[in-house]
Amino acid sequence: MPTTSSEGQARSPEWALLFLGWLVATVATLGSLFLSDVMGLPPCALCWYQRVALFPLVLVLGAGLLSFDAAVVKYALPLAAAGWLVALYHSLLYWGILPKDIQPCTGGVPCTDRNLELLGFLSIPLMSLLAFTAIVTLLLFLRRRISR
Amino acid sequence: MKRWHLVVLVSVALVAAFVVGAILYKDRQRQAQGSLARSQASVLIREHSQTLGAADAKVAIVEFLDPGCETCSVFEPFVKQLLATYPGKVKLVIRYAPLHHGADGMVAILEAARRQGRYWETLQVMYESQPYWADHHRPQPQLIWQFLPRAGLDLARLERDAADPAIARLIEQDMADARALGVTKTPGFFVNGKPLVVFGHQQLRALVEAEVRASY
Repeated sequence: MPTTSSEGQARSPEWALLFLGWLVATVATLGSLFLSDVMGLPPCALCWYQRVALFPLVLVLGAGLLSFDAAVVKYALPLAAAGWLVALYHSLLYWGILPKDIQPCTGGVPCTDRNLELLGFLSIPLMSLLAFTAIVTLLLFLRRRISR
Repeated sequence: MKRWHLVVLVSVALVAAFVVGAILYKDRQRQAQGSLARSQASVLIREHSQTLGAADAKVAIVEFLDPGCETCSVFEPFVKQLLATYPGKVKLVIRYAPLHHGADGMVAILEAARRQGRYWETLQVMYESQPYWADHHRPQPQLIWQFLPRAGLDLARLERDAADPAIARLIEQDMADARALGVTKTPGFFVNGKPLVVFGHQQLRALVEAEVRASY
């Protein structure tokens, strides 16, 4: 029996899952804004597609969080999954697993520019992939719990 | 604590961390840039750098430019105007930060033109023809060759000179210096070693005015 809304009935573990997902999305959003607007690294075309998926998640998950509505999973999961796919594609390009000549970025900033690698391996595309993986995983867990 | 309290609290904390981080980062960057420029004058002005204005001028505007950058092109009249405002007191030193696609080739052509004594004319032609060869969506640096005759150049000699490894080394040196000084956007200005912190022509004018007052 899926419970869709009502604040009082929501069991704490579900809320915590959603909260974690929102936290990851928010930290990733602020982090990406820090890279572009504070450190001045220009986002490439693929970065923008990931941002299109990531930024709304902060508001969508946040809204679902305030008046706990587990149905938010239905709306958030497509966004997170789309972002995850682009992030995966970006990382494969970045690591050279996919050939560069099929990348869509011709003008502007190349998507394989090595701007930053934290701790020697944590590149910007990898951070994005990890963030989307975490959000998708948390949302899938949440979906399983509420559909039980 | 209610749940929405937690959400609001965490949001505020994260945004605050962002703002504090941004301020600290900018401040550290500014300090590093300023102190490096002051302590290592050679990084800022190299022997090979093209200059405009009196050699003994006490105020030096160092401009890191890219022939493909629109803002550099728009700024050029302002900089020339500053030199004209303080004749003999201010000079311009050109450094390169070729960030646009194909811009390093453009700098090589510019340096080759210098050997024919047509440096400023060539830079002018590059700026004027930017819409043709430096289009952001489809840069076609080779189109510059249609416009170069306007600068009165010997094109055969120009092509030979542009391939000179000495010019490639000069460009590499400038790019290394630009990186060391934290020049990530063009034009990047330093006036007597002081970086132009807030970008704008009024800010540049104020910085130059202050240096002229301090030096003369």
